[in-house]
Amino acid sequence: MLTIPTSHGLILAGIIFVLGLVCVLVRRNIIFILLGLEIMFNAVGLAFVVAGAKWGQADGQIMFLFILTTTAAEVSIGLALVFKMVHHFHTLDIDQADRMKG
Amino acid sequence: MTNVVFYIAAAVAVLSTLMVITRMNAVHALLYLIVSLQAVALIFFLLGAPFAAALEIIIYAGAIMILFVFVIMMLNLGPPAIAKERLLLKPRMWVGPAVLAAVLLSELFYILANKGGIAGIVEVTPKAVGLVLFGPYVLGVELSSFLLLAGLVGAFHLARQE
Repeated sequence: MLTIPTSHGLILAGIIFVLGLVCVLVRRNIIFILLGLEIMFNAVGLAFVVAGAKWGQADGQIMFLFILTTTAAEVSIGLALVFKMVHHFHTLDIDQADRMKG
Repeated sequence: MTNVVFYIAAAVAVLSTLMVITRMNAVHALLYLIVSLQAVALIFFLLGAPFAAALEIIIYAGAIMILFVFVIMMLNLGPPAIAKERLLLKPRMWVGPAVLAAVLLSELFYILANKGGIAGIVEVTPKAVGLVLFGPYVLGVELSSFLLLAGLVGAFHLARQE
């Protein structure tokens, strides 16, 4: 039995996730949007580990590993896109890139 | 007593995440985000997941944040960057993250000194994680390698100068 209630861990994960969501929705700097995505990924990983700790099983940590892998791939692509964007628009403001080409 | 440690670490995590989303300077936000990740790693450790805690520090706070630092540094070239660097070295820029990190460090010392304090939590050892990872989840490991390869090829393609 956990000494820390599972619901408190999940509430913490929820709070951090919402903070990341606010960061993505409010900030217009593309670096901060990527940071907000990181915060959200991290919150989801926290929720998985809390759930895994409740049952004493390794599955939660394994899902965290997969989330870590996804984050690494996402960040490498995202930062490459940041470079492309700075090259094209000479700014980090995401609103400058709101037109599609086709 | 573990409860108090958990709630302090949770407060540090929420506070530093709040500071991340309100900073104007990306480097300051990164400093606070690293503290937030460290707080989450401490919570993993408390929850009996030392392997996840170590990976959180090594991969998130280490590798992924370094990627962000690389990009920010490459985008800030020239004399304005030097002036900005001088501004970064002022104490009031790093005292906030330093205080929060000191809180986490003292908590870590407390946990390590009272190993019995985390009784009641089933610790899932790295060995157990590895056995399950390469047992029932081996297909997921293969798919992760595909994903990483796709990320590598995609980043190479996007960053190429045409």
